[in-house]
Amino acid sequence: MNATVIGKPIKRREDERFLRGQGRYVDDLRFPGETHAYFLRSPHAHARIRSIDTSAALAAPGVLAVFTGEDLKADNVGSLPCGWLITDVNGEPMKEPPHPPLAQGKVRYVGDHVAVVIAESYLQAKDAAELIEVDYEELPAVTETARALAPDAPKVHDEFADNCCYVWEIGDKAATDTAFERAKHITRLELVNNRLIPNAIEPRAAIALYSPGEDRYTLYTTSQNPHVIRLLMCAFVLGLPEHKVRVVAPDVGGGFGSKIFHYAEEAVLTWASRKVGRPIRWTAERSEAFLSDAHGRDHVTTAELALDEQGQFLGMRVRTTANLGAYLSTFSTCVPTILYATLLAGQYKTPHIHCQVTGVFTHTAPVDAYRGAGRPEATYVVERLVEQAARELGLSPSEIRRRNFIPKEAFPYSTPVGLTYDTGDYEATLNRAEELADVAGFAQRRQEAAKRGKLRGLGYATYIEACGLAPSQIAGSLGARAGLYESGEVRLHPTGKVTVFTGSHSHGQGHETTFAQVVADRLGVPIEDVEIVHGDTDRVPFGMGTYGSRSIAVGGAALMKALDKIIDKSKKIAAHMLEAAEADIEFDNGVFRVVGTDRQVTIGEVAFAAYVPHNYPLEEIEPGLNETAFYDPSNFTYPAGSYICEVEIDPETGKVEIASFTAVDDFGNVINPMIVEGQVHGGLAQGIGQALLENCVYDPDSGQLVTGSYMDYTMPRADDLPSFQIDMHGTPCTHNPLGVKGCGAAGAIGAPAAVMNAVLDALRPLGVTHLDMPATPHRVWQAIQQAKQQQAA
Amino acid sequence: MYAFNYHRPDSLEAAIGLLRTCEDGLFLAGGQTLLQSLRQRLAQPSDLIDLGALPELSGIRREGDQLVIGAMTRHAEVAASDLVRQSIPALAALAAGIGDAQVRNMGTLGGSIANNDPAADYPAGVLGLGATVVTSERELAADEFFTGMFETALEPGELIREVRFPIPRRAGYVKFAQPASRYALVGVMVAESAAGVRVAVTGAGPCVFRVPAMEQALAQDFQPQALDGIEVPADELNDDLHASAEYRAHLVGVLARRAVKAALAGL
Repeated sequence: MNATVIGKPIKRREDERFLRGQGRYVDDLRFPGETHAYFLRSPHAHARIRSIDTSAALAAPGVLAVFTGEDLKADNVGSLPCGWLITDVNGEPMKEPPHPPLAQGKVRYVGDHVAVVIAESYLQAKDAAELIEVDYEELPAVTETARALAPDAPKVHDEFADNCCYVWEIGDKAATDTAFERAKHITRLELVNNRLIPNAIEPRAAIALYSPGEDRYTLYTTSQNPHVIRLLMCAFVLGLPEHKVRVVAPDVGGGFGSKIFHYAEEAVLTWASRKVGRPIRWTAERSEAFLSDAHGRDHVTTAELALDEQGQFLGMRVRTTANLGAYLSTFSTCVPTILYATLLAGQYKTPHIHCQVTGVFTHTAPVDAYRGAGRPEATYVVERLVEQAARELGLSPSEIRRRNFIPKEAFPYSTPVGLTYDTGDYEATLNRAEELADVAGFAQRRQEAAKRGKLRGLGYATYIEACGLAPSQIAGSLGARAGLYESGEVRLHPTGKVTVFTGSHSHGQGHETTFAQVVADRLGVPIEDVEIVHGDTDRVPFGMGTYGSRSIAVGGAALMKALDKIIDKSKKIAAHMLEAAEADIEFDNGVFRVVGTDRQVTIGEVAFAAYVPHNYPLEEIEPGLNETAFYDPSNFTYPAGSYICEVEIDPETGKVEIASFTAVDDFGNVINPMIVEGQVHGGLAQGIGQALLENCVYDPDSGQLVTGSYMDYTMPRADDLPSFQIDMHGTPCTHNPLGVKGCGAAGAIGAPAAVMNAVLDALRPLGVTHLDMPATPHRVWQAIQQAKQQQAA
Repeated sequence: MYAFNYHRPDSLEAAIGLLRTCEDGLFLAGGQTLLQSLRQRLAQPSDLIDLGALPELSGIRREGDQLVIGAMTRHAEVAASDLVRQSIPALAALAAGIGDAQVRNMGTLGGSIANNDPAADYPAGVLGLGATVVTSERELAADEFFTGMFETALEPGELIREVRFPIPRRAGYVKFAQPASRYALVGVMVAESAAGVRVAVTGAGPCVFRVPAMEQALAQDFQPQALDGIEVPADELNDDLHASAEYRAHLVGVLARRAVKAALAGL
């Protein structure tokens, strides 16, 4: 390998254009003759649509068209599909209600799409939408996860008996129950994993164009996976031939999962672009984003841990109710099942685990993957339980973990919940984290804080993640309706310059730098000679996109495969050029050499020969140097880490401050440590946001979104966060060519439990033993008051 | 935002005259609340009369034992003014803590108190310092100016010209931010002057209010512990997603003590 490129903190090449305002986001694109769309959304959580009168809107200035669900139905527009089939414990498929892109007959959450107005200007469309008369019959709604299955809960979908989408389970129930019978101690927790609203800095946007001459559609959209959008939209919703549709996801300003899914607006705009005959653009207002982007998390869980007298884990039982929202978004069903319960072993050798998950419909926005997707929820359950058990047994949080870690010599290790971890060294990351966090000095810091009237607490989380989605065979057996490989294409130009096409998509992750490092390193060419292309179905062969920290582990591996093919072919060409046997050609740092001699050609010379085959063995090798590969991983990757959070609480106000946060992660090999640190920083910010600040609240009576703007939904700000202490300790992944594991979600997975454990550690002396996220000043103060009252009683 | 007519008059008389002739006009000061309402289509005025070009409405000056601040003076100007920082440092600190830099560069003293948002900072400053609001028509004591949630004693067409703050012996303002908006969940201004002690609370109730029990206790002994045991009843306080009435009542006590501390420290 070329040691000067891989592992170096090279500055992000894309930042140059982003920082200069030269990025090209969907909303920056302009097309001649374009029109503007405005979506009329439901003001009610649940209502029957008696009638819609669009005549006044149609007559309004500048209006070109108004469409409702009936128009789509008349044109046989289909339902937005769900990409993962979950099978119920009774063997039946999950309940799969239709999800029309514009509501038909009923609206089922505040923000549900009712009609679209297309006009010469956005304001004209918006003004006209106010003239649409919708006669709603308001109906009662249920928004709360825990209430969705109550006998009197209003049904979200009339065709089903109740609001249950599926009951799903994993693990050996009988063995787990037996473990609990043998237990010396059982720790039990009731936990709420708070619902979150993603809030990427760029709101969703789309522009659709139809070209009648070519009979071809183009959709520009803020997507993490344009090929997936094209596939779902063509095959399931619009019935269009895939080769007649191009989907482009240009620069995208953050996704965090919320831009994976195929949304109604994309299908409606594409369909309407042909009806209207002109380009149509739409950019969500921030208020629309709050209402209609798929939300995240929203679990209610009962969790139990069985232990013996030494604090060894004997078994874990988890019952979770997961809110899926009103309709099934693209990956909604697998997030609280496959991506959640399989992670409940954590870093521990817990022998028996059983988990049952009930997915429920409610009158809320669809819930789907959000940074970490299931894995933060699992880690929160495991790490809260472990720390609670330590307190109950009088063990230190460090000791109880060390007694139960999967030892490093036990890898590969098969968990009781279906995964096989390839590598890890959990003691090593914990040792480093404890050293960095100066755990030894904590007692003194706590004393010093007490003198200032503050409560200081220390909390741990040692998380595991399964990412690098995914082995298609395993995913398929678990209900995935698609493969989860990735594609890559490497094109050497005659001058030796390189264009790389990846099916991954960068929306902030820095692929244009990291992937260029991988390619430059492998080919031995300057990084300036490598360009990374992504996000365009016309340019990239295929792609499953970017989510679940899969880009480098799967997309990077696909590139490595394509690079292998390039080098194999180049060796043949070099052998011909050097008049040597192919077996005698070695390749190193951009140069093909006859072993043991100084006869050599550079890869640039080989590329030129391939494209200018004047003296070339045409009968043996094709001209050109362009190779494509698809890589399907043989296993998930398993990043892991130890996080330690130290907080200080003002008992008078209940305000929690993060005094320090230490994260030591095992991401395997690291291509660009600066970018990885940036990913960890962002993840930690979102994890701390979930623990202390963010909370999506629907009014339980009206079903209105109470936290519908930044006035009430608390995003983390820079001054909420400390300067993070970050380190890495890598055990390379054993089954992908780069030995990488993925780092995108880690911070959001590990941070919530570490923060909450620290908050509870600080409050424990006052008698507080439980708190749900977010630990807002108000909640912390209330918990302190309740503990005081209980102690007084 | 709906369409409206925009005016930028260059005299107070012209501004007031314009409002009379408009069908449904509104004065535009810094626009930090009004423009948001327009963008959310919560208001639909026929005309906006921008007060930004009226020189007589801005500026900070000292007149004897009073600090006089023009209605169109931006928060950032108040925060950075040496005159304010020397004469009433607590007021400069209050202004420096409003919103974010963009808000402080646009938002104005007059706009803030005319809007009388229950969670705004300035009402606590004006009431707590016992200021006088000078309008185009008359002079109003702070105690008569703030009349209810988003309501003031201003008559239609009446414009605030300036606010006259008596310079206190010492004063302190401490707020506890609502986590999302960072408006004052509760904010307390405590001021001691020859006329006595005033304690004004914003954020906690539907309108800024004084706490006579605290004022009396502090008049006896201007120390944080003088407030021990004085409770503000929660009955009429705000109760919402971010704080119960009980929590707000509790915070009034905590922040009042901290405001006294700040006043004693000369902050």
